[in-house]
Amino acid sequence: MPNLTEPVPGEAAPLRVVVDLNRCQGYAQCCYAAPGVFDVRGHEILFYDPAPARARRGEIERAVQACPVRAISLQADRGDTP
Amino acid sequence: MAEDTLFSEVLDPANRADPYPIYARLRETPVSRQRDGSVVVSTHAAISSLIFDPRLSSEDLPPSRRPRTGNPLKDWLLNPIKNRIATAHRPLIFRDPPDHDTLRHAVMREFTVARVQALRQRIAQDVDALIEGCVGRDEVCLVEDLSYPLPVAVICDMLGVPEADEPQFQAWATQLATALEPDARHDEASRHRTVAAFDAISGYMRALIREKRRRPTPDLLSALAAPGPDGKAVMGDFDLISTAILLLVAGHETTVNLITNGMLTLLRHPLELARLRADPERAPRVIEELLRYEPPVHFRTRKALGTIEIAGHTIPKGTPVILLFAAANRDPARFDAPDRFDPDRDDNQHFGFGGGLHYCMGAPLARIEAEIALVALSRRLIAPRLLADPPPYRPGASLRGPEHLGIGIDGIGPRLS
Amino acid sequence: MSAAQAAGIVVVGASLAGLRGAEALRRAGYGGRLTIVGDEPHRPYDRPPLSKHVLSGELAPNATELPELVALDADWRLGHAAVALDRAARTIRLRDGTDLAYERLLIATGAQARPWPDAAGGGLANIFTLRGRDDAARLRTALAETPRRVLIVGAGLIGCEAVSCCRDLGLPVTLVDPNPTPLARSLGTWVGGVITECLKEAGATFHAGAQVLRFEGDASGRVVRAHLADGRAVEADLVIVALGATRATDWLSGAGLMADAGGVTCDGACRVLGADGTPCPDIYAAGDVARWPNPLYGGRLMSVEHWGNAVAQAEHAARNMLAPAEAQQAYRHLPAFWSSQFGINIKAVGLTEGADTVAIVQGSRASRRFLAVYGRAGRSIAAVSFDQARWLPAYAEAITGGQAFPPIRDASDQGAFTPMAPGFPPPRAASTHIEARHG
Repeated sequence: MPNLTEPVPGEAAPLRVVVDLNRCQGYAQCCYAAPGVFDVRGHEILFYDPAPARARRGEIERAVQACPVRAISLQADRGDTP
Repeated sequence: MAEDTLFSEVLDPANRADPYPIYARLRETPVSRQRDGSVVVSTHAAISSLIFDPRLSSEDLPPSRRPRTGNPLKDWLLNPIKNRIATAHRPLIFRDPPDHDTLRHAVMREFTVARVQALRQRIAQDVDALIEGCVGRDEVCLVEDLSYPLPVAVICDMLGVPEADEPQFQAWATQLATALEPDARHDEASRHRTVAAFDAISGYMRALIREKRRRPTPDLLSALAAPGPDGKAVMGDFDLISTAILLLVAGHETTVNLITNGMLTLLRHPLELARLRADPERAPRVIEELLRYEPPVHFRTRKALGTIEIAGHTIPKGTPVILLFAAANRDPARFDAPDRFDPDRDDNQHFGFGGGLHYCMGAPLARIEAEIALVALSRRLIAPRLLADPPPYRPGASLRGPEHLGIGIDGIGPRLS
Repeated sequence: MSAAQAAGIVVVGASLAGLRGAEALRRAGYGGRLTIVGDEPHRPYDRPPLSKHVLSGELAPNATELPELVALDADWRLGHAAVALDRAARTIRLRDGTDLAYERLLIATGAQARPWPDAAGGGLANIFTLRGRDDAARLRTALAETPRRVLIVGAGLIGCEAVSCCRDLGLPVTLVDPNPTPLARSLGTWVGGVITECLKEAGATFHAGAQVLRFEGDASGRVVRAHLADGRAVEADLVIVALGATRATDWLSGAGLMADAGGVTCDGACRVLGADGTPCPDIYAAGDVARWPNPLYGGRLMSVEHWGNAVAQAEHAARNMLAPAEAQQAYRHLPAFWSSQFGINIKAVGLTEGADTVAIVQGSRASRRFLAVYGRAGRSIAAVSFDQARWLPAYAEAITGGQAFPPIRDASDQGAFTPMAPGFPPPRAASTHIEARHG
């Protein structure tokens, strides 16, 4: 199970991820690229953590790249949003 | 629709090193009928639509006049359409839903994230050891030195096939992969070699599975051979053998091309090689662009179960349909500057692993192997340069890649941390 | 530079549509001032997880903030609802009384949950609606206090997802809906019957064909039971009212636009129409709130309350906002939605409205893995998949192409083709346009 603790104020802001579930075809490549952040449940329900820790960025970028239908969006690291 | 002979040019070994100009001509007719009655689909839009079309069947092999032999798998190889028993035991890449789904689900249930992750460490160690083996030389033969032995070791580890047996099944696996090529299917002698190879490898697998049932080990084959929670076999013996062979052959014959084509492409684009060396975090982008630009599998054949209207063309029922993934990957209607190798491109929705329900099962493993291998090669080969460009190619037009890739080096750098 | 130009583009609605519209403006090269007004104090967040993983407690309510995919460089006015629009002055008034000038305006105010009327007990404690992030946070807290029984009113997608979550949490649940099955309005009773079976297996009580008249509270003003029209009472100390949403157009009432509780009417290019029917060249709308003539449906007016429409329409409207008048493109859209409940992934394309037949074309209803196509007068108009999403794109193409019903024959995994009556309830009221909703 992913660690889905509430983001704590003062800690580094989490990453921001969204998946277009209309596009998602359940290929599950994201689950291998970023285990725990993405998880296919049942036959084809994709569960994902939309606010993973910053330390997972590399894995999530892998998931973005590996998605055969390019359904995953990750906010670019700008650090300028309040 | 005019008949075309372009696809026979694709199959011509003379064009193996650079089939892309032929693909560009094929794309001018997105659905192009060939003289042999098949159609070639080559644009991104048309393939995108067809990979999700339930009328496209993978039970695609042409009929032949061979008698039954008593072995269903062997019969299928010889006589694919007429023999119903044989048909029921084809490997899952040659099957349609719902049977395909049952088999694939059984495999994927064991092809877990944890199992794949657990191989990372071993892949890194193997890559290091294989590169270490080149110390003291001024030349690397990439296929023999790394791209072939690495995937073999990994798939053997995962499946639970003794790596020491590799010399035994190498020739069988290569011959079975050849059977995927259209030319080989029409060649009587090649079909006989395929059946012989199949006899040998299925005998080998049968014995191995018996052993796994007797003394299970923590590998995929033991897991697939073990009874399910209800005490019944997860799949029948013939299905188990054909699945095991499929995984073994696929593990052999595709990742080798991804790694070799990858290094070839990077050596042809020294700036990108330097950027990868400087920043291994670029690897996922590099791998995806390689899968678009030089995919390990160029096309797969399906069959139209019904009449399909697509892109202004009619594909009649029963027509063999060649999905030319590698041409779609270079479609200028889909990709800006498609013939440029550009890992920074966004929206890189390629068919490097195919697509739809037959999407490559081993894709996560192939990505990890290619990433670790290419990063290590980029960092440890000192002043690498191609010794022959283009290199000599293996015969396959679909499973396409160099036979040898000679790389001149000034030495091997230190092992990475 | 005039004052209006200096005011730049104002996006009203810090929603998925508002965010994606703003991003599209920047992506298309708009470099002027960009202001985003939102009535909630939050940055744009994603709603679909609210009725699933936020209720179940797997995700924190503030976890679903949406990524910004382009550097927006926007002036955010969050917690400031727009309350009025003055087209002549080109200003919008915010709740705190300030006026905000605009050069061009994108209306993306979305919709609000249809509340339970106060006169029928709507003011009691522990009655919830589920639309926004704060709703979800409050509801999650209440569910975590282990209510004795949860009553869910309305068996649309949100209601059913909530039942599924509550059962996963082990809470006793009763679901009440006037129709014979769940999802009857969106998918018909024949397909909806699959969810009836799921409810039963999950151990939820379903009162079909029933209507809640009023809620009764205890001395402290907390709900204790619901009274149904047939005289029955349902004991429940937590109620989720899931009766769909109305479009957030109140603030436009004095603006001289074609706007009502069903949305704000636009032309095909997403330009908002004035009361006289002429398009306003400087006001566009997108997402749940926008009602537009969809060329894919012969120009019928529709508003589509789905995630994919919010994204696509906002991006489309944004591009038109930056294009000259003669280059305005019509917005052509095939509605699509997804839901997950009882472990099943449900995805649909097209509009089932007016369907006279439905048939399974892949898989089987018994296995709960199937693809069903809806037909109307011999045409294929919609398709729904239960754990068979891979085939949906092929059927979406067939529906877009207006193919005959059934659209795809000779497919693999296709059994005998048996057309059934889809079982749609009669329309709620005479309607001049289509509302594709989660109900």
